[in-house]
Amino acid sequence: MITAGIDIGSISTKAAVLSDGKLLGTRVIFTGYHAEAAGRTVFEELLTELGLERSAIRRVISTGYGRNSVKFVDKAVTEITCHGVGAFYLDPGARSIIDIGGQDSKVIVIDEKGKVKNFAMNDKCAAGTGRFLEVMARALEVDLGVFGNLSLKAGSPSRISSLCTVFAESEVISLISGGEHRENIIAGIHESIAARVAAMANRVGVVPPLVMTGGVAKNMGVVKALEKKLEMTIRVSEYAQVNGAIGAAVLGMSMK
Amino acid sequence: MAEKKTESMNLVQEIFLYFLAGIRRTLLRFKKRKKIKEILTVYYMEAKSARISGRKVAWITSGGPVEPLIAMDVIPVYPENHGAMIGASKMGTDLCETSESMGYSTDLCSYARSDIACATVNGGPIGGLPRPDMLVCCNNICGTVLKWYEVQARYFNVPLFIFDTPFCHTGFSEEVRRYVRRQLDEYVLFLEEACGKKMDHERLSNVGKLSLEAQRLWQAVLDTTVNRPAPMSAFDAFYHLALIVTLRETREAVDYYSRLLERMNDRVARGIGAIPDEKHRLLWDNIPIWHRTRWLSEKFASHNACLVADTYTSAWCGSMKYIDENNFFDSMAEAYTRIYLNIGVDEMARMVLAMVDKYNVDGIVMHSNRSCKPYSLGQYDIAKIVEKERGIPSLIIEADMVDERSFSESQVATRIDAFMEMIKAMRQ
Repeated sequence: MITAGIDIGSISTKAAVLSDGKLLGTRVIFTGYHAEAAGRTVFEELLTELGLERSAIRRVISTGYGRNSVKFVDKAVTEITCHGVGAFYLDPGARSIIDIGGQDSKVIVIDEKGKVKNFAMNDKCAAGTGRFLEVMARALEVDLGVFGNLSLKAGSPSRISSLCTVFAESEVISLISGGEHRENIIAGIHESIAARVAAMANRVGVVPPLVMTGGVAKNMGVVKALEKKLEMTIRVSEYAQVNGAIGAAVLGMSMK
Repeated sequence: MAEKKTESMNLVQEIFLYFLAGIRRTLLRFKKRKKIKEILTVYYMEAKSARISGRKVAWITSGGPVEPLIAMDVIPVYPENHGAMIGASKMGTDLCETSESMGYSTDLCSYARSDIACATVNGGPIGGLPRPDMLVCCNNICGTVLKWYEVQARYFNVPLFIFDTPFCHTGFSEEVRRYVRRQLDEYVLFLEEACGKKMDHERLSNVGKLSLEAQRLWQAVLDTTVNRPAPMSAFDAFYHLALIVTLRETREAVDYYSRLLERMNDRVARGIGAIPDEKHRLLWDNIPIWHRTRWLSEKFASHNACLVADTYTSAWCGSMKYIDENNFFDSMAEAYTRIYLNIGVDEMARMVLAMVDKYNVDGIVMHSNRSCKPYSLGQYDIAKIVEKERGIPSLIIEADMVDERSFSESQVATRIDAFMEMIKAMRQ
């Protein structure tokens, strides 16, 4: 049985296709203005890439903040459930998941069967999300792709104390004008995110083995800062960013 | 000159309201099935024309001892009930912004903000509350009410009585009983001075009996939801609650809840549920998100989940056990001190656990209310205790009871959807 998962996030839209539980392929595009169009496009592009007809796909499950805007899917499931299922599929040993996406961050605790036991999400605030990093990258005029590696070279991370993204940005601007090294500022930004997410993780009772998913998992600076803060090793799959879409596709197999 | 003109216009308006209230009350008397809205309309009309009828109006906090007011023929008016009406009619954000431009902080309770703003602009769904002759502030629900009522006492230049109920961390001591009991005497003296007449203690005792009867009926109504399916939901309780808050010591409330109980028992007998297909039962904690009750109700119903009980509406009958029917006046001291918001988190958790068992719920939905710190503090601990003791999960929703700016629909929707997916998966 071939199933597909589409994860429409606030920044990027992801798709994954599975055949009898085996991953056939994934794709990531920018969401842009139109969530529904992004969902359709990423799905069609992936099918073309894999040389599959739409009729070959038995079930399509959508997830992410735009999950209800795509009408051609069989079911919409929240990203909490999908990230739980996806992480369990990629790493059956996983018991906790930290997912940092574009507009929210979440911590999910799953049981030995991959079912969600508990979860927490950030409150109405961009601190501790991918959007926070984007704002900071712009202020620092650094490409987000090199953010992680730069921060690993930091001598002593700056202290970013504000919880508000806008105020944190002005903190960063004053650090820049004070002549602080870019690496230290970036490391400080990562520590600030880690502190916020770690508090949430402790609140829901995070347990190892811990995996990290979502686009921000590609940023080694954040991963390292979180490992330090939580005193726990974090495993990152090469499919971390498309984990939600994979989870959705896995759910498609078991759906009645 | 302009002031004089407004004043005479107000007087004409009040005379008109007075006669209209008289007619509506007579009509209501002959009506068999009174609607809550009709009862409240007459109540507010009478309060707004109290100057004409020669009665006094007292503003009182929702948890305040109201029975002595009734015994003195004073009309009690509840700014918090008014706040709920403002929230439900989605007028909260505007009024909160008005109070913020007056200099009040956004961190202040939105009931307080909207009430303070409303007093100056006579806004809101009923054109502002009737002018008070006195204020009665009981701090058993929170500390904010102290400053809020002081502000209003200065604004309206009326006397304020503060009824201080010490927080009961672990229990209730003899010293606290004596301390609060003595204030009841002071309260009576305050009312006698404000009204220029003596308290009729026999009447007070009768008012107390009626109040207790209404509370028992209200509890009985809430208890009908132990049945599967529940004949009503917490969202219905939020609606029917209005009388137990504002008119609990009246024959009208007793009659209303007697009939409501009959109706609910009938639904139980016929197996009619509040939602079409009740599969999951949930408990609500904290003050409703007044501006989103319908949306929330539909959201949960779409998951076949019914909020069968809540810690909020039961608060108005939660301390019945401390009331002595034959000595109402003395027992008020304990009953008004040991209410849900004035006890320690351990005892709150015990009460929540008892409700979890009684109503047989599968999960708890907690509204972490930006406005209400005493209610929201301890929610994480209570959630952990319930999880540990009964293995039941809790969902925490961040919002505000009145201020719509603290609500994000898509974020709350995702949390509810994920919570329901989790509950469904757990029960598989």
